[in-house]
Amino acid sequence: MAVCIAVIAKENYPLYIRSTPTENELKFHYMVHTSLDVVDEKISAMGKALVDQRELYLGLLYPTEDYKVYLSGQGVCQGGPTVARCTLGSDNLKPFRRKRVRAHRGPSTGSPCVTSAFPNQLCRYGYVTNSKVKFVMVVDSSNTALRDNEIRSMFRKLHNSYTDVMCNPFYNPGDRIQSRAFDNMVTSMMIQVC
Amino acid sequence: MDASEEPLPPVIYTMENKPIVTCAGDQNLFTSVYPTLSQQLPREPMEWRRSYGRAPKMIHLESNFVQFKEELLPKEGNKALLTFPFLHIYWTECCDTEVYKATVKDDLTKWQNVLKAHSSVDWLIVIVENDAKKKNKTNILPRTSIVDKIRNDFCNKQSDRCVVLSDPLKDSSRTQESWNAFLTKLRTLLLMSFTKNLGKFEDDMRTLREKRTEPGWSFCEYFMVQEELAFVFEMLQQFEDALVQYDELDALFSQYVVNFGAGDGANWLTFFCQPVKSWNGLILRKPIDMEKRESIQRREATLLDLRSYLFSRQCTLLLFLQRPWEVAQRALELLHNCVQELKLLELKSLGYLCGLVSEKGPNSEDLNRTVDLLAGLGAERPETANTAQSPYKKLKEALSSVEAFEKHYLDLSHATIEMYTSIGRIRSAKFVGKDLAEFYMRKKAPQKAEIYLQGALKNYLAEGWALPITHTRKQLAECQKHLGQIENYLQTSSLLASDHHLTEEERKHFCQEILDFASQPSDSPGHKIVLPMHSFAQLRDLHFDPSNAVVHVGGVLCVEITMYSQMPVPVHVEQIVVNVHFSIEKNSYRKTAEWLTKHKTSNGIINFPPETAPFPVSQNSLPALELYEMFERSPSDNSLNTTGIICRNVHMLLRRQESSSSLEMPSGVALEEGAHVLRCSHVTLEPGANQITFRTQAKEPGTYTLRQLCASVGSVWFVLPHIYPIVQYDVYSQEPQLHVEPLADSLLAGIPQRVKFTVTTGHYTIKNGDSLQLSNAEAMLILCQAESRAVVYSNTRAPALGGESDMLGMAEPHRKHKDKQRTGRCMVTTDHKVSIDCPWSIYSTVIALTFSVPFRTTHSLLSSGTRKYVQVCVQNLSELDFQLSDSYLVDTGDSTDLQLVPLNTQSQQPIYSKQSVFFVWELKWTEEPPPSLHCRFSVGFSPASEEQLSISLKPYTYEFKVENFFTLYNVKAEIFPPSGMEYCRTGSLCSLEVLITRLSDLLEVDKDEALTESDEHFSTKLMYEVVDNSSNWAVCGKSCGVISMPVAARATHRVHMEVMPLFAGYLPLPDVRLFKYLPHHSAHSSQLDADSWIENDSLSVDKHGDDQPDSSSLKSRGSVHSACSSEHKGLPMPRLQALPAGQVFNSSSGTQVLVIPSQDDHVLEVSVT
Repeated sequence: MAVCIAVIAKENYPLYIRSTPTENELKFHYMVHTSLDVVDEKISAMGKALVDQRELYLGLLYPTEDYKVYLSGQGVCQGGPTVARCTLGSDNLKPFRRKRVRAHRGPSTGSPCVTSAFPNQLCRYGYVTNSKVKFVMVVDSSNTALRDNEIRSMFRKLHNSYTDVMCNPFYNPGDRIQSRAFDNMVTSMMIQVC
Repeated sequence: MDASEEPLPPVIYTMENKPIVTCAGDQNLFTSVYPTLSQQLPREPMEWRRSYGRAPKMIHLESNFVQFKEELLPKEGNKALLTFPFLHIYWTECCDTEVYKATVKDDLTKWQNVLKAHSSVDWLIVIVENDAKKKNKTNILPRTSIVDKIRNDFCNKQSDRCVVLSDPLKDSSRTQESWNAFLTKLRTLLLMSFTKNLGKFEDDMRTLREKRTEPGWSFCEYFMVQEELAFVFEMLQQFEDALVQYDELDALFSQYVVNFGAGDGANWLTFFCQPVKSWNGLILRKPIDMEKRESIQRREATLLDLRSYLFSRQCTLLLFLQRPWEVAQRALELLHNCVQELKLLELKSLGYLCGLVSEKGPNSEDLNRTVDLLAGLGAERPETANTAQSPYKKLKEALSSVEAFEKHYLDLSHATIEMYTSIGRIRSAKFVGKDLAEFYMRKKAPQKAEIYLQGALKNYLAEGWALPITHTRKQLAECQKHLGQIENYLQTSSLLASDHHLTEEERKHFCQEILDFASQPSDSPGHKIVLPMHSFAQLRDLHFDPSNAVVHVGGVLCVEITMYSQMPVPVHVEQIVVNVHFSIEKNSYRKTAEWLTKHKTSNGIINFPPETAPFPVSQNSLPALELYEMFERSPSDNSLNTTGIICRNVHMLLRRQESSSSLEMPSGVALEEGAHVLRCSHVTLEPGANQITFRTQAKEPGTYTLRQLCASVGSVWFVLPHIYPIVQYDVYSQEPQLHVEPLADSLLAGIPQRVKFTVTTGHYTIKNGDSLQLSNAEAMLILCQAESRAVVYSNTRAPALGGESDMLGMAEPHRKHKDKQRTGRCMVTTDHKVSIDCPWSIYSTVIALTFSVPFRTTHSLLSSGTRKYVQVCVQNLSELDFQLSDSYLVDTGDSTDLQLVPLNTQSQQPIYSKQSVFFVWELKWTEEPPPSLHCRFSVGFSPASEEQLSISLKPYTYEFKVENFFTLYNVKAEIFPPSGMEYCRTGSLCSLEVLITRLSDLLEVDKDEALTESDEHFSTKLMYEVVDNSSNWAVCGKSCGVISMPVAARATHRVHMEVMPLFAGYLPLPDVRLFKYLPHHSAHSSQLDADSWIENDSLSVDKHGDDQPDSSSLKSRGSVHSACSSEHKGLPMPRLQALPAGQVFNSSSGTQVLVIPSQDDHVLEVSVT
């Protein structure tokens, strides 16, 4: 289940951005915007390594659970600021490796009296089309069913739908996406509870 | 704190754990084999197939061989894996059946029983064979070998549990082979044991995990169990798998915490919910932090302890994974780039926590917390104590005072921003900058915050992120308000007030801010705050009335604009002003109404493209180049001076790329003050579209360009610096003009026709009673009709008043007017001038009208003997058909006895376009005919198609003169067939007889040089010539000759000639021409003259015409003379003068002679054309 899905033009302005907790829309905008840094970095790194690369999926950009940590009044530990995803019996090591740094940081600075206002960790995934249109998806990492492959297929779905939008003769490339079909598809990816 | 930044410590593998293998039986034997065994066992890898579909692994086995003791065997329920013996080996060297039966068998049985008691099935019996011993017992049959016996006794169905090791200490191929077999077996069994035992362990573990919902389940207990598994994997050097165990533990724990947070509390978690007393730093140097582990075991660990223990283990394993590059890479990538930010945030969180960031400074509660925090940090570790930059010190310092915190926070922030900027993560840098700005704002240092906010805003604007823009602007507005930057604040406010991402209330608030400021009485009157228009309102379209945007001087022009107000509330605007730039057109033609009308867009509506800012500010959205050709002509002769290409939207294209920043800066807007303005006062702009109408009276002629649009609200001026696309209106001034043009293609003389008068009034206003006064020449009548009308066309079609009046004009078809062209098919034209007095001018306008004469007339004189006729041919050259009537021919001369008898029967005759009509009169006289005749032909005509006209039209007249029309000579030619023939034949000579008869006595016309007088008799010299132009005849002999003709009636001259017909049939007679033979002027006589004269004379004398050779020369000479006029200078030739047509009558013209072919079989050539 995606929390936020964004389509970003080649020039890095948003063509489409939608997030589910609507009250935190701004936060997601900032989040997606800063994640463009990583996307850019990955693209440029890829461009040097593989000229003819077919892999559009950029993978996990980086996890963030710290988008905003708010002060809690009581100062009582109600749960750690760092929350890992619960993947029982999983052999998929990739997410864990990523998390190690975060886990490191958590206890070391040690702010036990801080409660995260958003207890879920969010992972951002990136995807870039050949025309340098970027898709960024923010995913609630507590969702255990979402593996790399699911994310991949979600991106593929998104890409297909985006291609449909581009095929619309009444759509000017570069305009905001206002297609209802695209919107519905995004909605389906957002509410799709696994 | 940051492991990756320090060199990795050398791997100290303190946990020398290896899977335990017990050895029973002959200890001496084992001791002898042990070195080889422990050396050989890990040499070859073995594939470990694993349950649950996990990928098989190649694994190098090592073992810790210990002597078998019963205590080593795990008791029921003991989950310890590390001390678990995975395999039991029984060593024996026995090769003697007796010995076997006596001791070894019993020993083995005992061993087996112990194993069975502990339900351990992983065992192996090794029989070491020595050749030396074998040789002594050669008679032993293989069947009864010890091996077989043991197999029989112990290994029922498990023959592989017994292995023979031959000569283990020798160096032979056989030894090698048996070693290999043994080792393989050993490894296989070990792995089997692993698989089985670990599987069982995992199952148990899972069972334990499944019980986690039961009350009383302890995470710590489970933690220990799973860690045991991790230890085993670590022992087997399967660090990956070990890591997985920790990761799983981590995840499970996290899940619990999440659930706990969600209210689903588990009892055991309360252990972690105790107040935290210590937050010691993490130690990565030790592979296992036994202190922490024990505390977990004792269930005394805090959350932090657990976390740091978990992480330290994970890190250790990662290092063991022998993939330092990955560790380093990941650590670098994430730690390096993220941790700084994370650190910062954490630090700030701490700051918040301790009240360091709050505006009022730390309060007592906060202080308490700080002290707690510092105490909890624990004693500084000795290894870092001596470095000044230790994180402990920093943190402690930061937390102990506001100033220090600020310092460290800023240090870190700046370092982060710098770092991000240098690695190219601009967006993240801006984001941190924004955080820093927030901090500054909290610290009441808006001047420091501003730059970060501006920077972030610029970034968001450049990339078109609406929500961040709005948010940052809001912060910026606050900052600017604090800073007292009124203009900037107002501008930001206007931007925010028009921002649809804000709530209605917020927008209203910002709008109100502007209005409040505007309503303040400004301290310095006249001071204006100039803000860009686009955030306040947008110009949508503009409409001119008149729609072609061309007005005459003094005319009224309406400009209606649609402004789309972006404000959430109605705004009262004191005035809206459009600055107009005025330029005088140099080209006078451009000022005319026609030109302007032709060159303007028709509907008069100009649409303005909606403001593109702020989205999307991509490079693509730059406006396209608008290029136009430019020609500059010299004013004097209109020749081309320069040419080039002009880009009309330079100001759009060449503005700086980071125009977004300039949008925020109001300084870029300059208020233009112009003399010409369009003004509209006291307008209330409702949210949304508003129509505003400007009215102006055109004053000076020229082009007016709308440049700036300003709306003033109090002292705040919203300015649209450039109105684009270019909007212009033109004011022109024009002199009144009058055009007169016929309705038809051309005017014809003689008939009434309509003429159109077009008055272009220009700046003159027609008043009632204005009239045009026409003064015409007499020859042209102006026929006024009752229905003569004037139509006034409104401005819509032609900008000036146009009048049209019908006037019937008629020019008299007088021949007197000079004819421009006598010949050709063109009509003769005459010009008539009309002078018109116009009310707007003191001068008369003279207009020339050209009339064409529709007819062309020729006359000819016809004779029949002495009777004379006059023929007049009237040719209609015009396109019209006419009716001719009342034709007259009048003699204007003085001869009284001349009569003109008309032979025309019809009084009325139509004459169609391009056709001719002939009229004939006979001349009759009683006495001597006059030498010349002056006639005037007149015929009435009227257009055939038109109804009867009310006025009488003047007839068409034609005057001509006929001279010497009286017949003097009659020429008669006759051809006679040769004698004896009835008809002329081709090829045979016939005789031509020409009879020239004088018909009258001496007349006035005869008195010329040729006349000679002798004895009261007059005679004249004539030359005749026989010419057959149709080549029917061949004239033989002399064809011409000079005769002396007596001037007396009935005088006859006869000439004979020989002619030969060339064709058969009825042939016309050859022409006989008669000339007057005039002697050359005596004054010019010379020797040559005389000779020629003599020659000619001799010729003329010879009447018979025998001189054949000369005839041709004379003929040629004569023809020369007849062709040329007699004025050939220098030639003393006698002159020939053709007799006027009326004076000679050829009575035989038209007669024909029958010529028959010379032979009957003659082929007749017929030429058909």
